[in-house]
Amino acid sequence: MTLLFLTLFPLVGALCLGLSRNVACGRAATAWSAATLVVAALLVRPGMSWSLAWLPDVGMTLRFEADGLSWLFLLLTAVVTLVAVAASWLTGRNDRGYHALVLVLQSALFGVFTARHFIPWFLCWEMTLIPAFLLIRLWGGPAAPQAAMRFFMMTLGGSVFLLVGFLALQLSAGTMDFDSLAALAGEGRLVDALEHGFAATGADGRTLLVLIAVAVLIGIAVKIPIVPFHTWLPSAYAEAPSPVTMLLTGLLSKMGVFALLWIFLPVFAEVLPVFATPLAWLAVATVILGALAALAQTDLKRMLAYSSVNHLGYCVLAVAAAGAAGSARPAMTSAMAGTVLQAINHGIIATALFLGITILEHRSRGRRHIGNFGGLRARMPVFCGCLGIAVFASLGLPGLSGFIGEFLIFNGAFSAVPAATSVCVAGLLLTAVFLLRMMRMVFWGPLKPACATWPDLTKPERALFAVLILLILLPGVWPQMLLHHANPVVLELIDLLRPIP
Amino acid sequence: MVEALTSGHHGVLWLVPLLPFAAAGLLALLPDKRGRLASLVVIGALAGSLVVAACALIGVLHPADGGGVMRSASSFVWFAIGDEPLRIGLLLDPLGAGMGAMVAFVALLILLYSRGYMADDRRFGRFFTFLSLFCGAMLLAVYSNSLLLLFVAWELVGLASYLLIGFYFKKPAAAAAAQKAFITTRIGDMAFFIGMIWLNSRAGTLLFYDGGNGLLESGALASLAGATTFGGITLSAAASLLILIGAMGKSGQVPLHTWLPDAMEGPTPVSALIHAATMVAAGVFLVARTHPIFAVGGEAGIALAATAWIGAITALYASLVAVAQHDIKRILAYSTVSQLGFMMVALGTGGVAAAMLHLVAHALFKALLFLSAGSVIHGCGGEQDIRRMGGLRKAMPLTFATYAVGMMALSGFPFVFSGFWSKEAVFHSAKSWPGGNGPFLLVVLAACLTAFYMTRQALLVFFGTPRDPRIHAHESPLPMTLPLVVLATATMLLSLVGTPAWPWFERWLDGTRAAFDPAALTKPGTTGLIVLSLVIVTAGVTAAWRVYGITAPRDASAPDPLASKTGRLWRVFEHAMSFNALYRKAVIGPLAFIAGGIDALERMVFHRSMANGERILKDVGRSAGRIDESAINPGFDRLCGGIEHQASSTSKSQSGRPQAGLRAIGLATAACIALYLWLSSR
Repeated sequence: MTLLFLTLFPLVGALCLGLSRNVACGRAATAWSAATLVVAALLVRPGMSWSLAWLPDVGMTLRFEADGLSWLFLLLTAVVTLVAVAASWLTGRNDRGYHALVLVLQSALFGVFTARHFIPWFLCWEMTLIPAFLLIRLWGGPAAPQAAMRFFMMTLGGSVFLLVGFLALQLSAGTMDFDSLAALAGEGRLVDALEHGFAATGADGRTLLVLIAVAVLIGIAVKIPIVPFHTWLPSAYAEAPSPVTMLLTGLLSKMGVFALLWIFLPVFAEVLPVFATPLAWLAVATVILGALAALAQTDLKRMLAYSSVNHLGYCVLAVAAAGAAGSARPAMTSAMAGTVLQAINHGIIATALFLGITILEHRSRGRRHIGNFGGLRARMPVFCGCLGIAVFASLGLPGLSGFIGEFLIFNGAFSAVPAATSVCVAGLLLTAVFLLRMMRMVFWGPLKPACATWPDLTKPERALFAVLILLILLPGVWPQMLLHHANPVVLELIDLLRPIP
Repeated sequence: MVEALTSGHHGVLWLVPLLPFAAAGLLALLPDKRGRLASLVVIGALAGSLVVAACALIGVLHPADGGGVMRSASSFVWFAIGDEPLRIGLLLDPLGAGMGAMVAFVALLILLYSRGYMADDRRFGRFFTFLSLFCGAMLLAVYSNSLLLLFVAWELVGLASYLLIGFYFKKPAAAAAAQKAFITTRIGDMAFFIGMIWLNSRAGTLLFYDGGNGLLESGALASLAGATTFGGITLSAAASLLILIGAMGKSGQVPLHTWLPDAMEGPTPVSALIHAATMVAAGVFLVARTHPIFAVGGEAGIALAATAWIGAITALYASLVAVAQHDIKRILAYSTVSQLGFMMVALGTGGVAAAMLHLVAHALFKALLFLSAGSVIHGCGGEQDIRRMGGLRKAMPLTFATYAVGMMALSGFPFVFSGFWSKEAVFHSAKSWPGGNGPFLLVVLAACLTAFYMTRQALLVFFGTPRDPRIHAHESPLPMTLPLVVLATATMLLSLVGTPAWPWFERWLDGTRAAFDPAALTKPGTTGLIVLSLVIVTAGVTAAWRVYGITAPRDASAPDPLASKTGRLWRVFEHAMSFNALYRKAVIGPLAFIAGGIDALERMVFHRSMANGERILKDVGRSAGRIDESAINPGFDRLCGGIEHQASSTSKSQSGRPQAGLRAIGLATAACIALYLWLSSR
């Protein structure tokens, strides 16, 4: 029940914000998301669950559960939302509609990360879309309407595939509960169920399962996104207000990774080897195209948007490798643990990067072209240091959190898909190129006159950065703090994929 | 403490890297105001590191009880991947202990020197913070017992190098040099990364020594040598080549050397510590550390042959380029590249001890040379062009004396300078290599050129008459000259332990005891090489004296005497064989082109097709029925408009009453408490 409480907690806040007359909504929302973080961190514990007998006659019992993995994602959601709301408030955003929508989004995300049944999961998955759409559409930049519409349509289009896929599973296997489906798949009975259920079509059960997996993968691929389903992303990330971009890259993309890891892998375990090679090369395309496109950007937000594409590509590579037939157990463990770490750490790092963009936009009154800045390190040394740490974490400097995930992913993926993994390493190099170029153009060199009066970080801004930097440093030095919670789930997943004989 | 260190309890050994790390972390949190205090904190931390490193060195001075190398390895679980623990740890053996003591010693001297050199800099404290970070990372790399931990430290060293090259961040050249250094070395690092993962995928461990199960122990080595990969080469050779590329990036070997001369944009103490004595030698150290993997394929196997040839080509190339440079620091930078090539030759031809002896000797005398050069630059008011100097020996006698020691050691003046004996050891290793004579001939030529360009530099800087009337040189203050004297002494003392008569250093690394045997000097091979060394040094010095000593250029604008004689060839080397231009054309240009192409593709094709798709959808919707247009969309638009309207009216009506927000919170809290009670009662 505590899970339900956590899920409803931001929603209640959103309602009250919406009902309240006006003003100081930024501060109120910040306080409320801080309270949410406390609830998520202290009241919720891994292993909690609750269920609702919705339509017991047709076996529809809606289950919610937070294992160690979900709990990490819940905490990530709470932290990123807190930073996003606080950053909005600090840069003068006080609209109650805005903050209420962010809190609604947070509620939906809590649902996505805990639901164990397709129906509530899908509801929450779609629920995230509406506040995100409105936030981009109403508070975004000049080209926001088109960007928001494209984001909405593409994700909705992907969701249709998801829905069709799972309806097919419901019709044949008689359940939409993820764990039941995974158990069926683990026993190798899902193919039979499909063949039996769709006997009228005369199709082979394996082919059907592959088709359904492709449909589900498309739905997930739009969200992460995997090339070529990423076309909505650059404009949406760039046009959204920067704090909303934190939510998009820090959390909404993680819904995709979470689904890939927690739903796609176990449910389609029987046909995973089919996907290994294509998915690995899609990951390569995502990594390389993201990095190269980022290299060509002059708009800081578009650059970091493509950088997000690039970083999530590594997660896809790991999932592809984990599903490969030839993968040994240690390699799979490494790849999957790496995916978890990469997803969590990228969430924090990207939030820190976009917090930097928020501050740049705030100081420059909305400019974000790389040529508008120069020599800021002389004027804002603390800001330069804070953003510098985020940048180096993002390019995978050991000792900071980004490295561990990437190391585990490459370590796990190498033996299964060596060629694709080796090509992906080029992505790590290109990331350094465009991120260091950004640092040089924005912070180094002579101070531009336009930037000569900007103040360095204020105390609250420093506090926000301090929280994020702590969350970048700690897992970098002591990854076990995350792995401790992720490992049991990873092992459980691997047992589902490769039952111990 | 010594016993504790060698018995495998490495709690104290951890202090060596952790003290500078802690100092850096502490100073990073404090505002950059108390610069002098910050420098004392860092110097104190490093002095602590040096004490422990010295004890560690003493602990491994003697061979182990049962014979063989004194080695103590430790490890602990860093994190668990699933149910598999991943362990890292520290290693204490002569190789690491010698290197670590050297690093701590040189770093401490350079920190002391920096207190004088950087005294006028406003960001004095920051400078020491970065240097402290560097020392911690470098020392961690040296004592690491795991390839992964070594990689972690290796990258942190790169970060410190980036920060320090770009220390004068307002200078665009410094900013560009810092970025170039980080990215060029990262090319090598990525190869190293793949090599590391590949080794792990086969050996299942990244620990160097682990009671028989380590990567560098016989079991894993046999397994690595037994596995073949594409092209029929063994996994050990393939991984060695990848690690070699990593080493080439850090150690400035051709073709990944271009960042190192540019790195001279950093303050001179940084050039001395990082880009001459320690970090650039990390590549050599890495190959020395992983040498068993290189060597498992045979003495002239592909991995070692590649190391030897790359080192030899680099040694010759960089010494040729050094002849044609005018910037006092750039000459030394190319000289560093060249000397690192010497070390690589020694490693490739099996002389790990020779490489390490030359590494330590080079660290001492090259730090000495850079610090002397810094003293010269300081004394000349920031001038770095040797054509404008001249006759400085009268104005700066102490600097001249210490510089002369460094210069003679680097050139290979006989008998009392460490450089002579370490170069001798490199020659010996190259000469006896079964893989051919090529590398040997190249390094002999490079050694001759070394004597030439160092004599040229010394003559132009210290001899003749002052060529620029605006320069009024003066001797540097004691905090700067004292480290020079210490380093000069150390350079000469080190020559005692590496002679063929008493090859203590070499035997020490092998884990045996050296006997004093003057007769070894008269063995045919040894005597021949000594005579050869004497000949090439004499040739180089004489040639330089004839060109620059007798007919010294009279004023700063006069062309170099050698330039008029060699013509186009001079310009080729003056521009360092145009590697930078080549990379601009062949790598950076195409990369930018591809990136631009992908961006265009993104904007044009994808987005246009998206827009088309959207239009088609819209048309379909329109023609399929008017329901969509007339009912759903307006409703949706109205919703949007409504929220938009409300939002804007909200923002308009801000009256600055914080109570409203508080009321919302109060309301929500009450609701949540009720909700919680209700939920928990069910």
